[in-house]
Formats: sequence, structure tokens, C-alpha cells
Amino acid sequence: MTDLRELDEVVKEFLVESQDNLDRIDSDLLDLEQGSAEPGLLGSIFRGIHTIKGTCGFLGLSQLEHVAHRGENLLSLLRDGTLSATPAIVDALLQTVDAIRAILGRLEETGEEGNADYSALLTQLERLAAGEDDSAGSQASEDTSESAVETPPAATAEAETTDTGSSDTEAPPAAAPAAVPTPVTEAPHVPTVPTPPVEVAQEASPTPSPATPKAKAQPAEAEGASRSALADTTIRVDVGLLDRVMNLVGELVLARNRILQFAAHVEDSSFANASQQLNLLTTELQEGVMKTRMQPIGNVWNKFPRMVRGLCQSCGKDVELELDGIETELDRTIIEAIKDPLTHAVRNAIDHGIETPDVREAAGKSPRGRLTLRAYHEGGQVNIEVVDDGGGINLARVKERAISRGLVSAERASGLADREIAHLIFHPGFSTAAAVTNVSGRGVGMDVVKTNVEKIGGSVDVSTTLGSGTVLRIKIPLTLAIIPALIVASQGERFAIPQVNLLELVRLEGEQAKSGIERLYGTTLYRLRGEMLPLLFLDEALQLPPRAADELPDVLNIVVLQADNRQFGLVVDAVSDTEEIVVKPLGKELKSLSAFAGATIMGDGRVALILDVIGIAERASLLSHTQHNDFADERDRDKALEGDAVEPLLVFSTAPGNRMAVPLSIVARLEEVDPSTLERASGHLVIQYRGDILPLLDLTGSPMSRWEDGESPLNVVVYVDDTRSVGLVVEEILDTVNEVIEVQHGLRREGTLGAVVIQGRVTDLLDIESVLTGKTAGFFNRGKAA
Amino acid sequence: MSTAQTGPGRQVCTFSVGDLTFGVDVQNVHEVIRAQRMTLVPMAPPVVRGLINLRGRIVTAVDMRARLRFPPLESEDGSMNVVVHSEEGAVSLLVDEIGDVLHVEQSLRAQVPPNLSPIVAELVESVYKLQQDILLVLDANAVATIVSVPSAA
Repeated sequence: MTDLRELDEVVKEFLVESQDNLDRIDSDLLDLEQGSAEPGLLGSIFRGIHTIKGTCGFLGLSQLEHVAHRGENLLSLLRDGTLSATPAIVDALLQTVDAIRAILGRLEETGEEGNADYSALLTQLERLAAGEDDSAGSQASEDTSESAVETPPAATAEAETTDTGSSDTEAPPAAAPAAVPTPVTEAPHVPTVPTPPVEVAQEASPTPSPATPKAKAQPAEAEGASRSALADTTIRVDVGLLDRVMNLVGELVLARNRILQFAAHVEDSSFANASQQLNLLTTELQEGVMKTRMQPIGNVWNKFPRMVRGLCQSCGKDVELELDGIETELDRTIIEAIKDPLTHAVRNAIDHGIETPDVREAAGKSPRGRLTLRAYHEGGQVNIEVVDDGGGINLARVKERAISRGLVSAERASGLADREIAHLIFHPGFSTAAAVTNVSGRGVGMDVVKTNVEKIGGSVDVSTTLGSGTVLRIKIPLTLAIIPALIVASQGERFAIPQVNLLELVRLEGEQAKSGIERLYGTTLYRLRGEMLPLLFLDEALQLPPRAADELPDVLNIVVLQADNRQFGLVVDAVSDTEEIVVKPLGKELKSLSAFAGATIMGDGRVALILDVIGIAERASLLSHTQHNDFADERDRDKALEGDAVEPLLVFSTAPGNRMAVPLSIVARLEEVDPSTLERASGHLVIQYRGDILPLLDLTGSPMSRWEDGESPLNVVVYVDDTRSVGLVVEEILDTVNEVIEVQHGLRREGTLGAVVIQGRVTDLLDIESVLTGKTAGFFNRGKAA
Repeated sequence: MSTAQTGPGRQVCTFSVGDLTFGVDVQNVHEVIRAQRMTLVPMAPPVVRGLINLRGRIVTAVDMRARLRFPPLESEDGSMNVVVHSEEGAVSLLVDEIGDVLHVEQSLRAQVPPNLSPIVAELVESVYKLQQDILLVLDANAVATIVSVPSAA
């Protein structure tokens, strides 16, 4: 039982170590292909493969050992200078690395190395090895005196020191223990290594100078010492442990916040001092722990050289990859999250961006394309740029494509700025690649990049110049675990809004709070610097119990938020501070609530929910409406404009700010009536008008006395039909307009047909029939009384 | 009730909800705490009463009365949180009253009555015949799983 578990540990360690080795081999091989003359390079590759081979021999992984062995044979010939690194050889070696990876992958998954067939690769390796020197195999049984020399521990240690000569592999066993960097896991290797003597003998064969093992012992030992010094300064830590520590620090931050709150009310200088110090220490500790989770972005990028090479081969392109800012650090979770989007972006740049060498030459560019990945910190965020010097995005084609795919109407497209057009490539279902290649062009490229980046609170931007290249800019936060957030309250409950979503705060007081917002078919709008900002009441959005009857509060706090490309205002009862909050996940049973991104613990120890701004917008169908139907709606409206739904309307006001409209067709005349001509008949105001008695209906709701005693003339809209005529008293005649009437019946109040938007303002449509038939007598009641 | 019995059996933390006596295997009980201030979760299933802060962990509180379709208590000051571990993580069960930790003997174990309402039956792992009551031992995982329980109204 214990043995088994120990073995598992060994295998696990082997897997981790081998991954590191393979990654390094990958990059070394690519360097090699670039013609790097670094002397240690081949030795480093060789040792990497050798370590894997040695360990798997010990673990009894025969297939893996076989593959690694053949690769090693070929490498040894390279190292000896018997062969030189041709592309074919590098290819074969890279394939070997892939094969080893595949086997390791299976090993990790199933615990078995599987039995995939690598005979083609093996033959290929053998053929290459035989290309110039057929003796590799025959040397296998050579001198076994060095068999013990090649103990894996020694090799392991040396494999990690990149710049050592190849001869170091021959450190005698005596040197091995000193060189072992992590005794716990490596120790078990030592006693078992001698057991597969055949293999060891084979390894020994390619070593160039079998006569010198003893002479080399010294440097190897020195290597070991320096290596272990390095090992002393870095340790491998279980990520789970780090996460727990991070969590605890989060708690400490919260406890600190509580103490600080408390300290603010206590007048005791020594307590204040102590809490101040606690504050500083906690902040530093938090930063320190955050740093432990930071990883250089190079951890993601180091896969790219290999990938770019492969892509170039399959696309027939020649691209030089440049990595800039490889040491830029990001939180582990974010590194994970951007891996896929970045991979996508790089693929895209090579497949669609950079042209083939002949096209490039024809365009007067160097045949070799250049792809730059750049990462840097800026304003608490990390910017990652994917820059290519390819053909750029053909905006005209993008436009065409978007129109043909129905993503945007032709009319709308003509009005789009270049940047907006470029952004169309992020639209789901968009792809400009003329041909669907096996690399990209399936129409699920850039929108995936965008969605994934936005999922972690980042944003994507693209700028392009036709003929000279494209820059894709990804902005992402440094960490997800602790975020700045704005604390708001609605109906006594506190909620946190991530600051990344926050644009601005608007506070409307008194009269503004009542008249500043407009209601439209159940939704509320606020005009923010001329733009219509849809308002969402947080309590309604979250279905909190409806508040008491006194409608709107005196003060309206609007939190202007950005969700995707859409802005909206969230109306909350109160806005308090911004705080650094620790994001904690919700239980599984609550994960499905899209309105919340998680929860956090406030300074007073209570739990507050973190709002998922995008989720809320979607729930309120602000997003689904705008995002998915944006263009479709546009089309519909365009269509409607072509139709005959346009009707001229007379717009008037019945009170300051209260706009109403009637179809111009039913208006007979507009009159200004002198107050002195007003008369009363059976409780109604009337005037004599063209030899008839014209009853007046006051839409303004003012007492009759206002008109009778007033001096200014009354604005009267005269309505005449077959049987009746009536004068509608209004506050002011505003305008006549040609508008599409799309009556929103839901926003209907008595006496109206509903509301429409005219000249960007919400306007009630007067229901003249119901007014005249007296059904809505109540509507005018106030006018009649008094 | 004696806990001195030593026959084959198990330790069960008991509590009551309405007129029922429930138990949870002590191995699954994280801790028992008094009523906590709770943060409401808008739009959550009705059995979710809110979130509590359990020393930095955020734990969902499930109202057992609502779950079992009992009318709510007039005053909830007395209700207790039994924090239960499950594969899904921790949940806190809001119960009326906390009982003892009992050692129940295997021999007292009985079949789950086939006519027991599924509302209860789906949560119950086993039944023990105690001297006065029938002890319903809850399945920690089943209790922690809130499968969009329809609002009982």
C-alpha cells in the first residue's frame, strides 16, 4: 500500500519533471534549427532526453524508453558532430518529443503508457541516424565499464544546468548524490538504476571520450553544488496550498478592515498605532502572497515558438516570432484563462494576418513575416499585444462579409467608423478567411477570444492598417482574487460592483430625480449628456420585495456601468465606498444565478453579494436585446422607415416636461384663445367658436380659475369630427414631426394609446376617442372640479 | 438516552424540525452554531435562506422548515445552524432545535417506511427506532443538493 503510493509519487514527480524537460527541449531544438552555435545546446537537449529515458527505464516504461532511446541515439550523433542538424532531423526530433508527450499524457491519465504505434517514427529516427553513420546501433554493446556512470540522478541534475559541456554526463556515481537536487523524490532512483544494464550500456555508447570519467568528476561535483544552491532558493509548492494561504490572507484583510473600522471610533493612541501597524503589515503580506501566485507570462508564451513553427509549415509561411516582456507577471488563474484566447489570436495572426512569402515580396516587404507578442503592465492592468506585419484587415471585405452574413445592414455599415468595422470581427459567426483552413477560419475565432477575455474582466481591441499589419490588444486585470469594488445598497442589502464595470456615478436630487428620468413602456431612461441611458432599478432587477408606495425616492443614485459594449445605469439607494474585496465563490446551488459573480465578506463580517454586471444586464434583456439583435433591429427599423407607417404628429405639452402627441390628421386648427372669451356651461369651459359652442377639455389639469383669471392666451387644439368638436387646452404647442409610430401599449396610462419616442423624447400618444367618449372622465377630473 | 452503549452503531447529531427528529452522522457535521445574521440572496430558490459567514467561508443556509414544507416559525431567533459537510461543499441547515449526539445501535435500524412522503424520503438515508421517537438520519449529500425545489408556497 505504502509502496504503491510512493511509486505514484515518483511517477508524478517524473511527469512534472519531464514536462519541464520537454518544454526546454522544444525550445532548444528550435534554437538549433535557427542555427544557434551555442556549444551546450546539443548537450542540453541530449541530457533532457536522456533523463527521461533513464527514469522511465527505472519505472519500467518500456515503450517510452524505446522512443526516447532512438531519439537519443540520433542526438548523440549530432552532438558528436557525426551528423549536422538538418530540418528533417529537427522535425524527427520534435516528433519524438511529441510522441514522448503523448505517452506521458496517457500515463498521467490512465497510469499506463498505452500501446500506440510509433514504429514509423522509430524507423525514421533510425534511418536518419544511419544516414551517415550506421554504427550507432552496433556500438550499443561496446564498453559497459561506464554503465554505472550514467545514473539518472546525475543526469537529472545536469540536465537542468543548461550551459555545461556534454562530457558532464559522465559524472561517476560518486558525484551523483551531491548533484541530487531533491533527495526525497530522486533518491529511490539510485538503487534501482543498475537493474537495467542493457539500456545503460546503450546510453554509454555515444559518449565521446570514455577514457575521461574520473577527470570529469570534479567539475560535475561543482555543478552539483551550484545547482543545489539554486535549488535552495526556489521550491516547488503545491498550488492548493498557495490558494489556501491566499484565502487566509483574504480573511486577514477582512479582519484588518474590521479592526480599522473599530479603531476609527476608539480614542486610544496605542490601539490606533497597533492597528495602523497591523494595517501596513497586512497590506505587505497581501502583496507578498499575491506575488507567490504570480507567474511570468512566458509560461504561456513558451509554447508559441513551437506552435508558430508548425503553423508556418502547414500554411507555407515564414514567420519570425518575437516575444517581448516575457517576464511580465500575472496571477496564475489569469495565466490559465488567457492561454486559449492567446493561442487563438496567434493562430489567427499567422493564418489570416501574415501573407505567404511570395505575396510579401510582391508587396515589397521582407519575405519573412514578423509576429510580436508584447506584454507590459499599465495602470494596474496587463496589456498583451499581438502584433503582426501582415496584410492587415481588409475593412472593405469585413464590411461586405458582415452585410452578407446579415450581421449589419448596408445602411448602417456605411456609417461605421473604421474601428467599429474592425470590431465586427469579434462578432460571433464572423470569419474573413477566404478558405477554411485546418488552422482557423471556421468562424469561431475572434469571438471566442473576446468572450474569454471578457470573462476574466478584460477587454479586447483591434487596430489595423491595410497592407502593413494588425495589432490585437488585450487588457486584463492582474488578479481575480482581490478586486476593487464599489459598495452600493438597495433596500438595506449591500452589493459589490466590480470596479472594472464602473464608468461613473450620477446623483439626481429633488426635482431632477423626478423629472430627469423618462419612462417608456415599463423601462426607464435617463439622458446622460444627450445619450439615452437605460436605467435599471437594482431592487427590481433582483426581484427584491417592492418598496412602499411612495414611488421614487428624493435622491436617485445612478451607477453607470459598462457591460460589453453597452452602457446602462443601475439605480441604487445608496453608494458607499470603494473597497478591495476578496472574491469568494458561491455554493454550487447558487452558481446558476447569473446575477451574481460571487460573494465577499464585508468589514463588519457580513456577507455581501458581488453583482455580475453582464449577467444583470442580460437578465434585464438589456444585453441580449442590444448585443444579439442590435443589427437585426436596425434592419427592421430601416424596413419600417421604407413602409408607410410614417405619420405626421402634432406634439404639445400638457405640463412642463410632459409631452403628448396626436395625429396631425385629426387636428382641425390650432387656436390661441383670449381668456376673456371663456364662458362656463354646465361646469365646463366653453368658447364661442365660428358660430358654435366649442367645449374645452383641459389636458393640463389646471383649475379652471387659472384660465379665467389668467391673462395669457390659451393654446387650444381644435378637434372636429362628424358629430362633435372639442377644443383641447394644452400648455404649449411644440412641433409637428414625421415619425414612425410604434406604440408601446404597456406604458399606457389612462387617456393615452401608449408612448412613443419622438425626437429622442418619450411622448404619450393621446387617445382622442377615449377622451371624448368620457370613458376617461377621470383623466380630466381635476380640470372640471374647482 | 445513554451514549455509553458500545454495540456496533454510529454517532448521530440530532435535531428537530417541526415534529420530526432528524440526525446527521457526526462525521458529516462541521459544527453547530446559533442563528447568524444572514445575507439574502435575491432570486435564489425559496429554501435558500441566505448566506452566512463561517469564519471566512461563505456558506449557504438552507431552511429545513421550508424544505419540508412546514410553515415558518413565528420567531426565528431560536433556530440553529447545523453546518454539514458534503461532496458539494458545506451547507448550513436551519433547524428548530438541537438535540444530543446519540450513539445509535445498528440493531435499531429500520427500513425507510415506503409510504414516507418523498419530500422527506429523498433526504433520508436511514431510519432508527428510538425509544420515544423515530430518528431520521439525513443523507448529507442529498440535503446539500438543492435541485430547484419548487416553491411550496
